[in-house]
Amino acid sequence: MDFLTLFVVVPVLTIIGIVFTKNMKQTRLVSAVGMSIQLVLAVALVFMYLAERKAGNAAEMLFSHSYVWFESLNISYIVGVDGISVAMILLTGIVVLTGVFASWKVDFLPREFFISLIFLSSGVFGFFISLDLFTMFLFYEVAVIPMYLLIGIWGTGPKEYSAMKLTLMLMGASALLLVGILGIYFNSNAGGGELTFNIMEIAKVKIPMDAQRMFFPMTFIGFGVLGALFPFHTWSPDGHASAPTAVSMLHAGVLMKLGGYGAFRVAMFLLPDAAQEMAWIFLILTSISVVYGAFGAIFQKDLKYINAYSSVSHCGLVLFAILMMNKAALNGAILQMISHGLMTALFFALIGMIYGRTHTRMIDQLGGLMKVMPILSVSYVIAGLANLGLPGLSGFVAEMTIFFGAFQHPDLFHRILTITAAASIVITAVYILRVVGQILYGPITNEHFLKLDDAHWYERVSTGVLIFAIAGIGLAPLWLSDMINDSLNPIVNQLMQAIVK
Amino acid sequence: MLSEIPLSYFLVVSTLMFFIGIYGFLTRKNLITILMAVELILNSVNINFVAFNRYLFPDQLEGHFFSLFIIAVAAAEAAVAIAIIISVYRRYSNIDVERVDTMKF
Amino acid sequence: MIDFSFTILIPLIPFILFLLLGLTSGKMKPVLSGYIGTLGLSVVTVLSYFTAYQYFFNREAGAGVFEKIIPFHTVWIHLTEKLHVDLGILLDPISVMMMVVITTVSLMVHIYSMGYMKGDKGFSRFYSFLSLFSFSMLGLVVAPNIFQMYIFWELVGVSSYLLISYYYEKPSAVSAGKKAFIVTRFADLGFLVGILTLSYISGTFDFVTLTDPQGALITQGTSLTFMGISALTWALTLIFMGGAGKSAMFPLHIWLPDAMEGPTPVSALIHAATMVVAGVYLVARLFPLYFFVAPDALTIVAYVGGFTSLFAAVIACTQTDIKRVLAFSTMSQIGYMMLALGVSGYGGEHGLGYMASMFHLFTHAMFKALLFLGAGAIIHAVHTNNMNEMGGLRKYLPITHITFLIACLTISGIPPFSGFFSKDEILVAAFESNRFLFFVEYAVAGITAFYMFRLYFNVFWGKSTHYHHTPHESPFTMTIPLMVLALASMFTGFIPFSDLVTSNGEAFTLHTNWLVAIPSVLIGMAGIALAWVFYKKETAIPDQLATTLSSPYKWSFNKFYIDEVYLFVTKKIIFDRVSEPIAWFDRHVVDASMNRIAWVTNLASDQIKGLQSGQLQKYGFIFISGVIILTFTFVYFLFN
Repeated sequence: MDFLTLFVVVPVLTIIGIVFTKNMKQTRLVSAVGMSIQLVLAVALVFMYLAERKAGNAAEMLFSHSYVWFESLNISYIVGVDGISVAMILLTGIVVLTGVFASWKVDFLPREFFISLIFLSSGVFGFFISLDLFTMFLFYEVAVIPMYLLIGIWGTGPKEYSAMKLTLMLMGASALLLVGILGIYFNSNAGGGELTFNIMEIAKVKIPMDAQRMFFPMTFIGFGVLGALFPFHTWSPDGHASAPTAVSMLHAGVLMKLGGYGAFRVAMFLLPDAAQEMAWIFLILTSISVVYGAFGAIFQKDLKYINAYSSVSHCGLVLFAILMMNKAALNGAILQMISHGLMTALFFALIGMIYGRTHTRMIDQLGGLMKVMPILSVSYVIAGLANLGLPGLSGFVAEMTIFFGAFQHPDLFHRILTITAAASIVITAVYILRVVGQILYGPITNEHFLKLDDAHWYERVSTGVLIFAIAGIGLAPLWLSDMINDSLNPIVNQLMQAIVK
Repeated sequence: MLSEIPLSYFLVVSTLMFFIGIYGFLTRKNLITILMAVELILNSVNINFVAFNRYLFPDQLEGHFFSLFIIAVAAAEAAVAIAIIISVYRRYSNIDVERVDTMKF
Repeated sequence: MIDFSFTILIPLIPFILFLLLGLTSGKMKPVLSGYIGTLGLSVVTVLSYFTAYQYFFNREAGAGVFEKIIPFHTVWIHLTEKLHVDLGILLDPISVMMMVVITTVSLMVHIYSMGYMKGDKGFSRFYSFLSLFSFSMLGLVVAPNIFQMYIFWELVGVSSYLLISYYYEKPSAVSAGKKAFIVTRFADLGFLVGILTLSYISGTFDFVTLTDPQGALITQGTSLTFMGISALTWALTLIFMGGAGKSAMFPLHIWLPDAMEGPTPVSALIHAATMVVAGVYLVARLFPLYFFVAPDALTIVAYVGGFTSLFAAVIACTQTDIKRVLAFSTMSQIGYMMLALGVSGYGGEHGLGYMASMFHLFTHAMFKALLFLGAGAIIHAVHTNNMNEMGGLRKYLPITHITFLIACLTISGIPPFSGFFSKDEILVAAFESNRFLFFVEYAVAGITAFYMFRLYFNVFWGKSTHYHHTPHESPFTMTIPLMVLALASMFTGFIPFSDLVTSNGEAFTLHTNWLVAIPSVLIGMAGIALAWVFYKKETAIPDQLATTLSSPYKWSFNKFYIDEVYLFVTKKIIFDRVSEPIAWFDRHVVDASMNRIAWVTNLASDQIKGLQSGQLQKYGFIFISGVIILTFTFVYFLFN
C-alpha cells in the first residue's frame, strides 16, 4: 500500500474501531485517537513533501500511484499530491480533529454520529488525493451523502428541511458535474489515444473548443455550488444553521473547499480555453457573492447565519481569485481556502460552545459574555479579527495575496472588480464588530448567564489548535505560500497557453 | 352443414364477445361481473382457436388442445379470483373494485 | 558607523511582552505585570535613545546627508513574481525621531498607568494591550516598505480598538471602539487601493526605491490615467485618505472625539501623541513622491490640513468635556502638521515645511501627552469629565496645575516653550507658499490659545466648586511623568531640528522670521487675554455670548452635525436601504426561487402520482387503448 492511501484507510479503520466500542467514552476516545493519527500523518506528509522537493524532485505530482480499477472504461484509482493538495490535507486533518473535540459531548447516538463524521472525512481526504476524475467524483459523493444524515438526525431547528435542501442542491450540482466529467472523459482522446479519466493525462490533450464551451460551465457551476457561488448559495445559511457544531465546522471548513479545489483542479486545469473565454461571467457572479454575502451578513440576527453569509463572501473571494487566473491570485485563492477553513471552523466551534451554554444564538438575546467566559470570548474575538483580515492572522495573508495578485491583471475591468471585492473588508469589519460588541461586550443581559462556565479542556484543545494554526499561518506564511506557489506552474502554463491561442 | 357457414361468422361472434368482455372489464365495478367479463374474453379466444383449427388445418388438433388448456387455466383462475373476492368481501364487506385502494401509492 | 542590527529588539521586546502578559493575564499578580511591562518598555526606551544618539550624533566628521540604513530585513511572503513583502527596519531621521517620541511617551504612560489604573480588574490586560500598541507603532515607524507599514497600520488600528473598548461593560465605550475601527478601516480601504495602484505602477513596495528622487518612478512617472487624472495622483490621494482616517482629518475625524471613552493614559498615548500622527508620518514618508509626481495630491493635503485645523479649533471652543476639548485640539494641531507638509518644498531650505511638520509632531507629542495626562490626573481627582463641574482646583492639585499651565502656554505658542518654535516654522513655511492658508493658521493660533485657556481657567480658577470628596494630588507614579513631560515641553524647542530631520537628510540653518513670529505671539496672547476676561472669574459674558450667537454656538457645540450625517448614511442608507433589502432579496428571491424549483418538482410528482390510481380498470383501459392505437398505427404504416 502506498502512503497516500493511508489517508483513506485510517478513517475506515477508525470507523471499524468505533463499531466495536460500547459507550460514548470509548467512541470518542477511538475517534480522537484515529483522527490524531490522521493529523500526524498530514503533518508528516507536509514534511515528506518539502523534503522531496528540496531533494530536487520536480515531478508535478509526488507519491503517485495508480491501480487499475475498472479496465474497460479505463477507470483507475490514481493518487498523487502536489503542494496544493498537501496544504488542503493538512487543513482537513486539523479541522476534523478539532471537530471531534468540539463534539465531545454528543450523547444522542454517539457511535453513529462519529461514524458518519469520520466517513465524511474519509471522502474529503480521498477527494484531495485523487487524480482520477471518476474516483474523485466518487469520493466527492462519499463526502456529501453523510451530511444529510448528520444534519437530519443531529441537527437543530428545521433540520429535515435544511438537510433536504442542502442535499438536494448539492446533488443537483453533482448531476451537472457528472455530465461535465463525462463530457471531459469522452473528449479526452483528442490526440487519438484511449479515453481516460486521468487528470494529468487529460491535461496534456487539447479538448475541442466547442466541447470546452459546453462542459466548462457545467463543471464550474457544479463545483461552484459547493463553493457557495451566487445565486446557488442558499443551501449554506439554512444548512449551517441547522447542522450540529462539528458538522458546520467540517462543512464550512472543508467541504466548501472541495468546491474551490475542484473548480481549480478540474474546470480551470482541464478546460483552460473555455475558462479564459467565459471567466468574465463568473467573475461578475463571484464579485457579487463577495459583496452581497457581506451585506447579507450585516442584517442577520442568528450567529450561524451571520457566519454562513460571511462564508459566502469569503468563498466567493476564493472563486473570484481562481478566475483571475494568474499565479499570485491562484496562490491567494488556495491560501484563502485554508485560512477560511480554519477560521470559520473556529467560529462555528465557538458558536456551538456558546449555544451549548446559553441555548440561544440570537445576538439580541446575548450580551456581556466576556465577563463569564473569557477564554471563549477572547477566542471569538480572535476569530473575528482573523475574519476581518487582521495582520498576523491568516485571513490577512490570504486576502492580500488575492488582492495584489488580482490587481496585476492587465485589464482595467479586472482591476475595478478587485477594488469592489476589496471593499468587502470594510463591510466585514462592520458585521464582525457588531457581533462582538453585542454578544461579548456590554452588560450581561441575562442573569442566567452568570452561572455559566468557561471552556472545558476538550474545548480548549479544539479552539487552541485552530488559533495556533491561524496565527501560525498569519505570522509565518512564507513556507506555505512557497509550497503552493511551486505547484501552480502547470496550471498557470495551461491558462497562459490558452491566451496565446 | 358446418361447411356452409363461412369462417367470418365465427370471427364476428368472437370479436363481439371479446369487446363485450373488454367493455365489461373496464366499466363494471363489481368484482364478480369483472370476473365474468374476463371469462367472456377467454371464451372468445377459445372460439377463435377452435374455428381456425377447423377451417385452416382440419387434419390437426393443436387448436382444440389450446382451447382445452385455456378452459383448464380459466377454471383455476376463476377459483383463485373467487377466493380473492371472498377475502376482499370479508375485509371490506363489499366487492366494489374502487373501494379496494389500501395499497394505493 | 556602528552596527544597528540590535534595533530589531526595539519592536520585538514589546511583542514578547504582549504575548507574555496576554497569556498570563489573570494568572499573574496585576502589579507584577505592570512592573514587567514598564521594565520592558524602559529597556526599549534606552535602546531607542541609544540608537538616536548613534544615528544623529555619533557620526564620522564630515559625513554629509543622513543616510537611510536598513540594518535588518527578511522576506515575509512573495505576493507576486515581482512583489514581495519584507519585514525589516529602516533607520532614517524621521523613523529614529519617531522611535524616540513613541518610546518616551509610551514609557511615561506605562509609569503613569501604574497609578491611574491601580486596582482595575483588567490591569494586566491593559498592560498587554499597551505592549501590543507599542509593538505595532514601533513596527509602523521603522517599516522599510509600504506594505509593512500597512500591516502595522492595521495592528495599531486594532490595538486602538481594543484599548478604546477597554471598559467593555460600558456600551458607550464599545460603540466608540467600533466606530473608531470602522471609520479608520474605511479610510484604510483607500490606503490599500492606493498601495495596490502604486505597486502596480512601480513594481515595488520599498520606500527607498519609491522615494529616490533619481529613481525610475519619480523621473519617469507613469502614463496610466484613470478618468483623466494620473494614476499616481489617484494612488497618492488614496494613500492620503488612509492617513487622513488615522489622523482624524476632516471628514474622517468623527471617531476621535468618541475615542476618548478609553482610559485617559490611552488617550494620551494613542489618540494624542503617537497613533494619530501616523497619517502625518505616512505623508512625510512618501513626501518626495507627493512633491515630484503628484503635486495636486499635496495641495489636497495642505487644504485638508488647513481646514481641519480651523474646523476643530472652532468646535473645541464650545465643548465641555475636557478630554473632548483636547481631542479637538489634537485634530487641530495635526491639521497644522498636514498643512506644513502640504506647503513644503523638497531639499535643504526648501523643505522648511517638512522640517517644521516633523518638529511640531515632536513637540506636540510631548505637550499633548502632558495635557492628557494632566487631564487624567484631574479626572482621577474629581471623578468627572465635565469642566462645568470643576473649578478652583489649583489649590488641591499644585503639581498638575503647574504642569498643565506649562502645556497650555506651549500649545498657545508662547516663547520660550517648544510649541512656539515649531508652530512658528509652520507659519513661516505657509507664509512663503500660500498666504491664504497662512492667515487661516494665524486665526487658528488665536483660537487655540483661547480654548486652551478657557479650559485652564475653568478647571483651575473660576468658581470654587464644592466637591464630595476633597480632591487631592495624585501619587508620584502619576506626577513624575507629568513633570518629565513638562520639562520636555519646555526645552525640546531648542533642539536644532533643521540639522537633523529634513526632507532629504541635508542640514540647513534656520532663520527666525520676526515678521511672522511676533504677530503670532501677540495673537496667542490675545487669545489668552480673552479667555482671562471670560473665564478667570465666574462671569456672565460667556453665556451672553452663547445666546447672542446662538445658532453658530449650537452648530459648533454639536460638532457641525457631522456625526448625524454619518449616522444617517450608515443607519438609514447602508443598513436600511442596502443591507436589509439584500437580506430580504436573498430570502425571498434567491432562496425562494430555489424553493420554487422544489415546489414545481413536487407538483409534477404529485400529478404523475395521480395517474397511479391503483384502479385496475384504469390501467386496463390505458393499456388496451394503447394496444389499439399501436395496432392501428402499425397496420396503417404497414399497408401504406
